[in-house]
Amino acid sequence: MKISMNWVSDFVDLKGVDLIDLIDKLTLTTAEVEGIEEHGKDIRGIVTAKVLKVEDIPKSKKLHKVELDAGDKGIQNCVCGAPNVREGMIIPFAMLGAQVGEITISPVKLCGVESRGMCCSAYELGISADHSGLMELPPDTPLGVDIKELLPIDDVVFEIDNKSLTNRPDLWCHYGFAREIAAITGRPLKKPGLADLSVYDSLPEVALSIENPDRCYRYVGLTIDHVTVKVSPVTMQIRLFYCGMRGINLLADLTNYVMLELGQPMHAFDRKKVGAISVKNFEKPFEFTTLDGVTRTIDPETLMICSDGQPVAIAGIMGGANSEISEETDSVLLESANFDGVTTRKSSARLGLRTEASARYEKMIDPELCDLASRRFVQLLSEIDPGIQITSRLTDLYVKKYPSVTLEITHSYIEKYIGEPIASEEVVHILTSLGFGVTEKASTYTVTVPSWRSTKDVTIKVDLIEEITRIHGYNNITPRSTLNPLVPVVQPPVHEAEYRAKLLLAETCGLHEVHSYIWNDNHFNKEAGIQAPGKVRIVNALSPEQSELRTSLIPTLLSVASSNRSLSSFGIFEIGRTVPQLDTDNLCVEKRMLGILLADRKQSEETLYLQLRDVLATLTAGLLNQNPGFTRKTFPEMNWTHPVNAAEITVGGKTVGYLSMLAPEIAANIDKKLHIVYAEIDFEALASMDRKPVKYQEISRFPSVDLDLNLLMDKRETYAKLAAEIDRFASPILSSYELIDLYEDESLGDKKCLTVRFHLSSLDHTLTSEEATAFSEGLLTALEPAGITLRR
Amino acid sequence: MSTTAEQLKKAFAEKMAQAKSLSEFNELRVEFLGKKGVLTEALKGLKNLPEEERKETGKQLNLLRAEMENAISEKITACEEAARAEALSKIVPVDLTMPAAEKLGSLHPVTIIQREIEDIFRSMGFIIEDGNEVETEYNNFEAVNIPKHHPARDMQDTYYLDNGQLLKTHTSAAQNRILRKYGAPCKVLFPGRCFRNEALDASHENTFLQMEGMMVGEDVSISNLVYFMKLLLTEVFKREVKVRLRPGFFPFVEPGFELDISCLICGGEGCPTCKNSGWVELLPCGMIHPNVLTMGGVDPEKYTGFAFGLGLTRLVMMRYGIKDIRTLNSGNLKALSQFGTK
Repeated sequence: MKISMNWVSDFVDLKGVDLIDLIDKLTLTTAEVEGIEEHGKDIRGIVTAKVLKVEDIPKSKKLHKVELDAGDKGIQNCVCGAPNVREGMIIPFAMLGAQVGEITISPVKLCGVESRGMCCSAYELGISADHSGLMELPPDTPLGVDIKELLPIDDVVFEIDNKSLTNRPDLWCHYGFAREIAAITGRPLKKPGLADLSVYDSLPEVALSIENPDRCYRYVGLTIDHVTVKVSPVTMQIRLFYCGMRGINLLADLTNYVMLELGQPMHAFDRKKVGAISVKNFEKPFEFTTLDGVTRTIDPETLMICSDGQPVAIAGIMGGANSEISEETDSVLLESANFDGVTTRKSSARLGLRTEASARYEKMIDPELCDLASRRFVQLLSEIDPGIQITSRLTDLYVKKYPSVTLEITHSYIEKYIGEPIASEEVVHILTSLGFGVTEKASTYTVTVPSWRSTKDVTIKVDLIEEITRIHGYNNITPRSTLNPLVPVVQPPVHEAEYRAKLLLAETCGLHEVHSYIWNDNHFNKEAGIQAPGKVRIVNALSPEQSELRTSLIPTLLSVASSNRSLSSFGIFEIGRTVPQLDTDNLCVEKRMLGILLADRKQSEETLYLQLRDVLATLTAGLLNQNPGFTRKTFPEMNWTHPVNAAEITVGGKTVGYLSMLAPEIAANIDKKLHIVYAEIDFEALASMDRKPVKYQEISRFPSVDLDLNLLMDKRETYAKLAAEIDRFASPILSSYELIDLYEDESLGDKKCLTVRFHLSSLDHTLTSEEATAFSEGLLTALEPAGITLRR
Repeated sequence: MSTTAEQLKKAFAEKMAQAKSLSEFNELRVEFLGKKGVLTEALKGLKNLPEEERKETGKQLNLLRAEMENAISEKITACEEAARAEALSKIVPVDLTMPAAEKLGSLHPVTIIQREIEDIFRSMGFIIEDGNEVETEYNNFEAVNIPKHHPARDMQDTYYLDNGQLLKTHTSAAQNRILRKYGAPCKVLFPGRCFRNEALDASHENTFLQMEGMMVGEDVSISNLVYFMKLLLTEVFKREVKVRLRPGFFPFVEPGFELDISCLICGGEGCPTCKNSGWVELLPCGMIHPNVLTMGGVDPEKYTGFAFGLGLTRLVMMRYGIKDIRTLNSGNLKALSQFGTK
């Protein structure tokens, strides 16, 4: 929003105030000033002059040779191309050496005629968008006077960041900023001039009714006749232009002017085109043409202003073309109303029509402004057009009032909140300067919140602390450490485990962490043939292909793998959230899952699969000091898993996830030559398990004996079965064993040969060969019933 | 000198002169000094000599034996040296400049910076929590003082789910749960992934990471907030930073602030990064709104607190000079593998 300092000066004296300093102060206490526009800075040496003679230039169709009288600056000559140039008019004239925007005026020859100056349009002076012709000044304008003495061209306009005003309905106008600036600079605030309308109380009322009082808090109507002036004064036009508004006609400009000044949107209906006014909703949608010429569909939720039951304006948003002020209008019905913020915002959003008015209503402006604005409007209008006639009393339907807010706050609470002392006088002074009513008794303040701050902004006592501290200056508060009691801190275990797991996977296993989206990429899933329908959908996703929340991390990791398939070998992981199901209350069951994926072009799928197993073993050993168990299983509900090489992962007997080779059909769709294996683990379940305590085993001082046995067992049996049998044969001299070789050959028929090295030792003596023999014989006897025999 | 010794010495000298290789010298040693070597034999023959001659010849022969032994040893050592040098000269030195097959993987840059900041907070006694990504409307909005009909709840920013839940739009969604879990006093940091319904471009992501911190206690004040923020940012940027507060509106704090830091590029002089203002807007913060405390089961008359948010994704981009925000969720290993593990 643009705030003109000239305009602000109407209400607070800015003499001697450094504007750059004021920008900083406003930014630090009120709202962010994003930039400034210094109007008139590049306009210099322009005087009023009367056109004496206009002569055609033979070689040119458009250009004229012009002679002007610039009063005591003498007779001037120039070439002018403006279509409206004519003898007798008074215009702004840029003399030699003058500055007009980026142009410095110097003598030039145009079509052989010397030009020593320039006749200016309002556009060239930077005060209007109108560049259709020369700016014509009133006939009684003195000649040879610097234009800046006649027109307020010099002005500094602050651009305020609208976002920083969302909670301040009172700041959507110049008067609001004047109030803040008065408080910041410690200067008095002047009230705007208001017409006294009570003298018209005996006149008839405007026919008004509000059918929906929930959405229209107040409606003030007034009729004014005999309006004869059509064009706004230049001063007013300049202010409107500097604030980004387009001049239209006096009545429309005045409604805008009052809105920019006091923050109250107004609407002027051509009185001849409207009858009895009602504020209501319609039951059925209908078409309505707004004054911007666009025909819009109005739904039943949109509040309308009607004339004799026929819609004439969208409440709080925009008037209708059917009741618009025109050239002929000499009589108006002035609306100054207060509409509900939420209703206005929602209607404005549905219509896709956001206006200066709706932007203000959205913020929940003060309904007390309605009559003030009407009186201000009449005051300004009667100054411009003294012949107007008020033809109704100020008709005021005030159906819903915001409760007045009175707050109590103690001085000690304020100091506790700030964290340091503040003088009581300062508290009172700050609040008073912002328009709050304050009485103090026994270090307790009773504060009456002004109406313009109590629609939503200031409702509880800490809101007062904000007012006090921001004007006091946040940066005047001394930083101090807290004095907290010393207490031990227990960190939630899963969060910590997450980082440990990531570090293990990245540093020890050489994998790369990725982040993928929480929704499936159904475009990819379709192409790859992955069926992973989500249990819950985003209703307003930008793309329907990315609207289902993932039930598993693997499809998104496969998508990442696919996008990295130019690499010949890589391993990735992610700890991310999935929603595999909804609970009985239809709420999402959110899981924190760990997905690991290995991909390689050179290594066989089998090798890769075993590598993945090693990664998982490293992970569980690192996190829990435990080895994982693997049980072959199929997962037909997840079509990306392998029909043979897939298994459940268990830790301490509890299932925590699965690992698998990629299903062959999906692998073929992604990249036939890129082998992919992956695992998915319920990380929360894994991380919540207790870490197995370390059981230290005394190391024997006596030499140990290593015994290698080649054991034959069925090809399809697992090593786990062998290990279980060995573990069951609990020999006191067996300290550990390891698989050192696996031999598979056709010569072995349906058997395979596993070479296991047994480390035998005793804590109290050197083993004898008899003991070793006894061990091996005992073990073989124990293994025999399980079909495990010694290979001879 | 006795003739025997004389002869032996001569014979040895001749043979030594001819011998070249290690094996020849070894043979010579056997021939002269071995168990049945000529010198050994000569020494054995001493006993047959007369007493007076025996003594003198014995002395000479023993001397000769030492000489021979030395001469051969010297030659043998020289031969071995030569052989070793020869062998070494054949070794091709291993080229260590060949590219190393480094086995280190990488953490996501967000994880790295997140951990770094968490460590700062842990060192100051904060608990590190994490919330859900799917949230209820209550936790995301009502509980942080954003009532129904508040503009922040309009459809366009929030991903609503068809079961009535939503993807959390800010880490503040965890405030209520955390206040209820820990009560007052507490010091908690809660990083989390947040979601906003936005079209992607180089500076907009629909999925990004925030961090939020809360400190609640009996006398937590604005003055404490400023102190803590300065301390935190000095740790984050590893140098003294100047901060300033200005008003900022967030429904869950009162008063709310925007915290600016003195531009680190120009030191506050004004440059394009800070749009010539000398200040860079860094994080929103404020005193926790009494309604939020109440809804979290904390008595706002007794306790006060401050909260602040940190755009983790933005911090990561600043730290590493990442220009395109989409890199972070791209899964592109050419980019992500560069970050190492710390």
